Amino acid sequence: MLGLDKKDFRLLLIVLIITMLAPFILNPFPEGSGLAQFNAGYPDLMQRFVIFGIFAIGFNILFGLTGYLSFGHAAFLGVGSYAAIWMMKLVTLNVIPAIILGVIIAGLFALAVGFISLRRSGIYFSILTLAFAQMSYALAYSVLTPITGGETGLQIKSTDSPLLSNLADGEIGRANLFGMDMRAGFDISMGDWLFTINAGYYIAAVFMIIAFYLSIRIFRSPFGTMLRAVKSNQTRMYYTGLNARPYTLAAFVISGMYAGLAGGLLVAMDTQAGPERMFWTASGEVVLMTILGGAGTLIGPVLGSGAIKYMENILSKINKDILHEWFAFMPDGLEDFVITLVYPFIGKGWHLTLGLIFMAVVIFLPGGLVEGGQRIGRLLRGKKANPDDEKATQSTPAE
Amino acid sequence: MGILEVKNVNKRFGGLQALGDVNLSVAENTCHAIIGPNGAGKSTLLNCLIGKLIPDTGSVMFDGQSVLGRKPYQINQMGISRVFQTPEIFGDLSVLENMMIPIFAKRDGAFRMHALAQATKEKDIVEQAEHMLESLNLADARHDHAAAMSRGNKRRLEIGMCLAQNPRLLLLDEPTAGMARADTNNTIDLLKQIKDERDITICIIEHDMHVVFSLAERITVLAQGTPLVEDTPDKIKGHPKVREAYLGESA
Repeated sequence: MLGLDKKDFRLLLIVLIITMLAPFILNPFPEGSGLAQFNAGYPDLMQRFVIFGIFAIGFNILFGLTGYLSFGHAAFLGVGSYAAIWMMKLVTLNVIPAIILGVIIAGLFALAVGFISLRRSGIYFSILTLAFAQMSYALAYSVLTPITGGETGLQIKSTDSPLLSNLADGEIGRANLFGMDMRAGFDISMGDWLFTINAGYYIAAVFMIIAFYLSIRIFRSPFGTMLRAVKSNQTRMYYTGLNARPYTLAAFVISGMYAGLAGGLLVAMDTQAGPERMFWTASGEVVLMTILGGAGTLIGPVLGSGAIKYMENILSKINKDILHEWFAFMPDGLEDFVITLVYPFIGKGWHLTLGLIFMAVVIFLPGGLVEGGQRIGRLLRGKKANPDDEKATQSTPAE
Repeated sequence: MGILEVKNVNKRFGGLQALGDVNLSVAENTCHAIIGPNGAGKSTLLNCLIGKLIPDTGSVMFDGQSVLGRKPYQINQMGISRVFQTPEIFGDLSVLENMMIPIFAKRDGAFRMHALAQATKEKDIVEQAEHMLESLNLADARHDHAAAMSRGNKRRLEIGMCLAQNPRLLLLDEPTAGMARADTNNTIDLLKQIKDERDITICIIEHDMHVVFSLAERITVLAQGTPLVEDTPDKIKGHPKVREAYLGESA
């Protein structure tokens, strides 16, 4: 189906169903209950899930397949964001042209950066990409202020009057898709449960489904095979009549365009762009997402970005008062003791939790969350690793 | 005029004259062995043939065209394949994929961006690869990780990957180094079979005299970067200079 074999099609279908039902799946706890703060089904966070999912899927095409670890991918996300917001400020408030421009500009930028950085491999490549990204960040922050808005970044202001829109004087333009506001939506109330359906999320989700589908196609194509060959043995590649350089450059540009798409979508959802999006921690985050979920696997990057964004937004909101509520049933002294133990891992300390989880995954599950899932699946089926399964996952570590 | 003509090749590394005035002519559809003691310049010579090194002076012509200054992948596209001392295969990929890659390279050239085709649906390529694996007795391992195979099978796969491109010249760099006797004999049999079945020129660098005398039709003895003698295996065996320089008491 759709040029996919059965297994991949099933995976695509599962991802499709989960993203479409996300507002319900991510809100399992009734409003007002103590656990409601673990609900992730609000538009802002769901949008982040799918947008950073796209970012990580694209990063995985480069890192997962070719093994080239780019440490400056956030630059492409940032460039895509700036391109998109200028499109909206100057030409049209429709998000589609903005996103397309974001993808194109990020792709061109990736072509230039990749052309230079790919002259080296390994750690030197990583450092070159990091240098480019930090230069972009520094330029956006200072010299390029007329284009980037410097520290404050760019927003759509009441003085902006895009060519193709007829805004009343002083009206602040809003991002839309052929007239439909990104913030449009409605709530569904079922008993104690409240679900929010939001136009922006579904638009971003459709983009992620397309991005995910294309990445499966790339993984399974002869081009994808060549990219894995680059990772496996470049010497053999060259002596087999293949030039590895254009293959890695193509992968670099494709993943840059994915980052541009993510950047464009960020602007479409929340019409602003700033230099912090290009900071090196943002580049590091996508590396974490991909490795946490499982580099080189199809679904891993999506899981990884989901896990990290969930922790960033949910774990960080737990504070001491909430802890006191949870542990109120304990005797006073014990309660304080337990809270002292738990406190460093929540709120602003969520990075500590992330770090520990990341370390545990890298040490015990080198294949990331995907490998964890596979192991649990095998346990549930009540058998030791089926040798055929084992072989299949070895040769095509992609599910 | 041989298919491979090496003329007056010199190569210097600092103060070391690695190759001094090497002349070599490999006739088409023969098996030509290059032997010599350690440090005789065998590997340097091979690297000059394949684009990894560029000689200081002299010329290397393959089928009337110079190979000098061309990149390894361009030289491969001219019809020269190389087998390495340690098997160079795509260890992370399946055996079948390993075999498909050279066939893709032959069909599509050094780079082609067919990112939306399905690799497993490329019927011609898969069929050719399967066929090749069968002829190598590797068909049962087709879905295995290539890195998990035995040394001997990795060697078979590597040779097969080269043959899949129908090269006109096959260069082998000590193809049986570090192999068990049984694997060595298997490799000799495979190479003999290739020689009989195909129009192919084989140029082999080897330490193991058993391998050399089983395969080669002509032998060049290299010593201190210069060809000492070139002759048929029988003559080489009895040649006093060769005994002295290389074979020693083991001959």
